[in-house]
Amino acid sequence: MTTLKIAVRPEDHAQGDENATCTLVEYGDYQCPHCGRAYPIVKRIQKHFGKRLRFVFRNFPLNEIHPQAESAAETAEFAGSHDKFWEMHDRLFENQTRFSPILFEELVQGLKLDPEDLREALTSGEFRAHVRSDFMGGARSGVNGTPTFFINGQRHDGPWDYEDLVEAIEGRLAAA
Amino acid sequence: MSAILTAGTPAPDFTLHVTPDQTLSLRELRGKPVILAFYPADWSPVCGDQMGLYNEILPEFHKHDAQLLGISVDGVWCHEAFAKDRHYHFPLLADFEPKGAVAQTYGAYRKQDGVSERALFVIDKNGVIAWSYVSPVAVNPGADGILQALEDLPK
Repeated sequence: MTTLKIAVRPEDHAQGDENATCTLVEYGDYQCPHCGRAYPIVKRIQKHFGKRLRFVFRNFPLNEIHPQAESAAETAEFAGSHDKFWEMHDRLFENQTRFSPILFEELVQGLKLDPEDLREALTSGEFRAHVRSDFMGGARSGVNGTPTFFINGQRHDGPWDYEDLVEAIEGRLAAA
Repeated sequence: MSAILTAGTPAPDFTLHVTPDQTLSLRELRGKPVILAFYPADWSPVCGDQMGLYNEILPEFHKHDAQLLGISVDGVWCHEAFAKDRHYHFPLLADFEPKGAVAQTYGAYRKQDGVSERALFVIDKNGVIAWSYVSPVAVNPGADGILQALEDLPK
């Protein structure tokens, strides 16, 4: 059984009750179409389980096939440093077919952040180490593509449609 | 199905085409660890993801001074188109003629399907297998096993 090697920690981006019985971790890439498809599914899952579920998103940009994935991940981390990670996370997935440096700046502006600061952060690579650390933690945990989900620390293999994830999480809640 | 070679076994040498006009022999890489990743076929969805993942993790493999080699029964021209399409930065070897001969010496050939297993080998700098793993054909094994094996190599 493949398990999460890096436990959920304070520097992670998490939504939901930190004492929730179940934690769902997604390793994702903002430019990956499969992750784009998973995005509304995860939203439904969160709604369905409410307080019983905590959701954590970690970066796993596949830069060779998704040339904008790294910038997108760093843009989300930039917003995160201003406590607006999830707002940016959502906007990125909702605009994933339109990625460009200009779009990232527009999204930042939409959150009332300074696009000049974003440009600086991207150029200096301020958030690159964070993204790389997410990526390597994922590689060490057996992330084998995007998205990869972990439910209470165990990799979820197989399909991840709404019904599949509900069933897998129900199973884990019952076992808890 | 034959069992795959396990840790402690000297890795059988081979010479295979890596481009239409170049060959590569395992013994040329003696002195550094080698990751040998057998996979069933170019272009099939799981393989593409698996090799794509290794392509992204390449810098980490290089930190261990390790050389990654992908290997399947596809021919050189097929490999060339595949590697170019996916921006791979590591060689793909053509175990093409006689078909699957190298896979067979590693116990990683699926005769009934005519392709190699999805099998991984980490070979130490002395040419001895340090770790091996065969994944169900439909499952992308990820890189955690390889990274662990590289870390466990004596320095």
